[in-house]
Amino acid sequence: MSNVATTSRELGNYLEAFTEFAKRAPGQNQGWLRKLREDAFAYFCEVGFPTTHDEDWRFTNVSAIAQTAFRLPPEAVNVSAEQVEPFRLGGAACELVFVNGRFDPKLSSVNSLPKGVSAGSLAEEIRRDPKPLERYLGQYLNTQRDVFCALNTAFLEDGAYVHIGRGTVLEAPIYLLFVTTAGEAPVMTHPRNLIIAEEDSQATVVEDYVSLGAGVAFSNAATELVAGEHTVLSHYLIEREHTDAYNVSTLRLQQGRSASVASHSVLLGGGLVRNNVHPVLAGEGADCLINGLFIGNGHQHMDNYMLVEHASPHCASRQFYNGILDGHSRGVFHGRIIVHKEAQKTDAKQTNRNLLLSDDAQIDTKPQLEIYADDVKCTHGATIGQIEEDELFYLRSRGIDEPAARRLLLYAFASECLERMKPGPVRARIEELVNEWLFHTEPGSPEPGNAAQERALHWEEVG
Amino acid sequence: MALLEIRNLHVKVENHEILKGIDLTINAGEVHSIMGPNGSGKSTLAQVLARRENFQVTQGEVLYDGKDLLAMKPEEAACEGVFLAFQYPVEIPGISNAYFLRSALNAVRKYRGEDELDAMDFIPMFKKKMKLLDMDDKLMNRSVNEGFSGGEKKRNEILQMAVLEPKLAILDETDSGLDIDALKIVANGVNALRSPERAMVVVTHYQRLLNYIVPDYVHVLVDGRIVKSGGKELALKLEDKGYSWVEAEATA
Ligand SMILES: Nc1ncnc2c1ncn2[C@@H]1O[C@H](COP(=O)(O)OP(=O)(O)O)[C@@H](O)[C@H]1O
Ligand SMILES: [Mg+2]
Repeated sequence: MSNVATTSRELGNYLEAFTEFAKRAPGQNQGWLRKLREDAFAYFCEVGFPTTHDEDWRFTNVSAIAQTAFRLPPEAVNVSAEQVEPFRLGGAACELVFVNGRFDPKLSSVNSLPKGVSAGSLAEEIRRDPKPLERYLGQYLNTQRDVFCALNTAFLEDGAYVHIGRGTVLEAPIYLLFVTTAGEAPVMTHPRNLIIAEEDSQATVVEDYVSLGAGVAFSNAATELVAGEHTVLSHYLIEREHTDAYNVSTLRLQQGRSASVASHSVLLGGGLVRNNVHPVLAGEGADCLINGLFIGNGHQHMDNYMLVEHASPHCASRQFYNGILDGHSRGVFHGRIIVHKEAQKTDAKQTNRNLLLSDDAQIDTKPQLEIYADDVKCTHGATIGQIEEDELFYLRSRGIDEPAARRLLLYAFASECLERMKPGPVRARIEELVNEWLFHTEPGSPEPGNAAQERALHWEEVG
Repeated sequence: MALLEIRNLHVKVENHEILKGIDLTINAGEVHSIMGPNGSGKSTLAQVLARRENFQVTQGEVLYDGKDLLAMKPEEAACEGVFLAFQYPVEIPGISNAYFLRSALNAVRKYRGEDELDAMDFIPMFKKKMKLLDMDDKLMNRSVNEGFSGGEKKRNEILQMAVLEPKLAILDETDSGLDIDALKIVANGVNALRSPERAMVVVTHYQRLLNYIVPDYVHVLVDGRIVKSGGKELALKLEDKGYSWVEAEATA
């Protein structure tokens, strides 16, 4: 065994879970799917969980995950509509709710979907019509290199299956809510989403991870998003689980010719969080925006691992991540850009800005550029700082008290990321959440950082 | 009672004494100009009065409206009516100018026990004041001072002053970087605020601004001390003879 962190006792726990799971997993009668799971599980058994000796995990120690005997969740957990209500996003085209990784039709609503869009449970789709999925499922995530993706694939059961038909424009977001109910025993869930956007379509998908109750839980989510030619897509990840939770998520974007994709990650909750975003710009002229905001406090650990692969000419990528870290929290930004030999005229940019609000907060930021083409533009930059004293004094000298001035500056820093999101219900909700998390305000309260809303107010039109 | 009374003020920055015993009395309704060579301590004095905390007062006292100004936080001084127009206005990305102005105004109003203003009230009021300063409405939706030209930044300072209506306004080299047209506009804006209840301290290196904002008193600050005080004619004399004249006289 190459890995010291994962002992045979811990693997034994997964082996037991996998053996049980294999008996009831959807689509086991499909050879390709069974093989996909088995190969992934074999890889997991072979390498185990990563340690900090692994370059990709240098700043994040997952031994707490490795050493916990997680179980797959029990079959039926009853979650009421009232329990889920506070989390919901208003104004969505549909809401799919997953309880401990499994689709819950009672809590979900798919009524207002227009023609050309289908959204539902992946498990159901596997049972209903598995054959067309073979082309996509597991074809993009690297299950022979990334242990967490392998583990997710081994336990691939349910999640969202979204299909946007050719030429379809969906304005309202598709909202996916993942609820973990923590109990006595530590549970693990492996939500798996497959989002296929056919040529010339447009859509927005939101993944929102929340906890019902405290308790150790491990969400290991993976999403394959296939953006066909000339698509315009936005993907949002909101992590706001309990601080007892471990959350590893991987977004794998496959972008066709001229596909324009925005990935927005907002990390607020979770104790140990690893956010992997991996776009592959496979078609000429594709572009992606990789935007993120992470806000840590207490002993939260938030690791953002970006892997942007330029595989075709004339593609552009923009990475912007802002971190705000308080208490003893720790953040990581690892921004890797690979420009393949054929990806001439690549334009790649990466910026990571961090505010440390306490002496004990810490950030590790690491750019990693691997460029094999010769005609490319690649820039990166990182800043780590405190709230600027001269900005604070300027605000205070105008009568704004110190706590309010600090809040304004913090919100302004966060809004650099918020303003890259398209105005609409998702952004409004995220603004509210960021306020709640930064300033412990009640949901819906107008205070304190409404600079963005103020900006939207049309000065010329009033008065 | 004087509006501002500075007695024997000594100030250090990083163990380096910059103000070495300032005495100055300013009554409501008066305009005082503080002139002096670069590095003489003009901005230090202005910022101490606005309560910047990284200056260390080692001796002396400052009474503002009978209260101990040096015991106030910057926001308290501001709410009590002290206003500093910065020599180098600060850029604040991500906060719109309109939001900033309204937050400032409402903070001050709240302190004074007045109702906070909503958009319908403050927008027409801001617009009127902006017109006076010949400012473009677009500057309101932009981040505070970000990407503003030098002249726009200085006008923005005066706009803030016009909105907050302070009792003691300190203008720190508000003339620098302004062409003659902009200078006249800014001076107009300042003059519009002159009143019997309000005092102004106009800090400048050059005399030109004082052609438009005519002071009642002129003080010359050299190496942390006021070495000479007089009427407006002193400014003209300085223009003529340069600071070396007072410096020589002071050390004589
Ligand atoms: N933050 C600071 N740290 C150290 N020295 C300073 C600081 N601010 C000002 N000084 C020094 O104090 C002196 C007075 O500066 P200042 O008040 O800005 O002068 P003025 O406005 O008259 O040009 C100068 O010698 C300057 O270098
Ligand atoms: Mg100065």
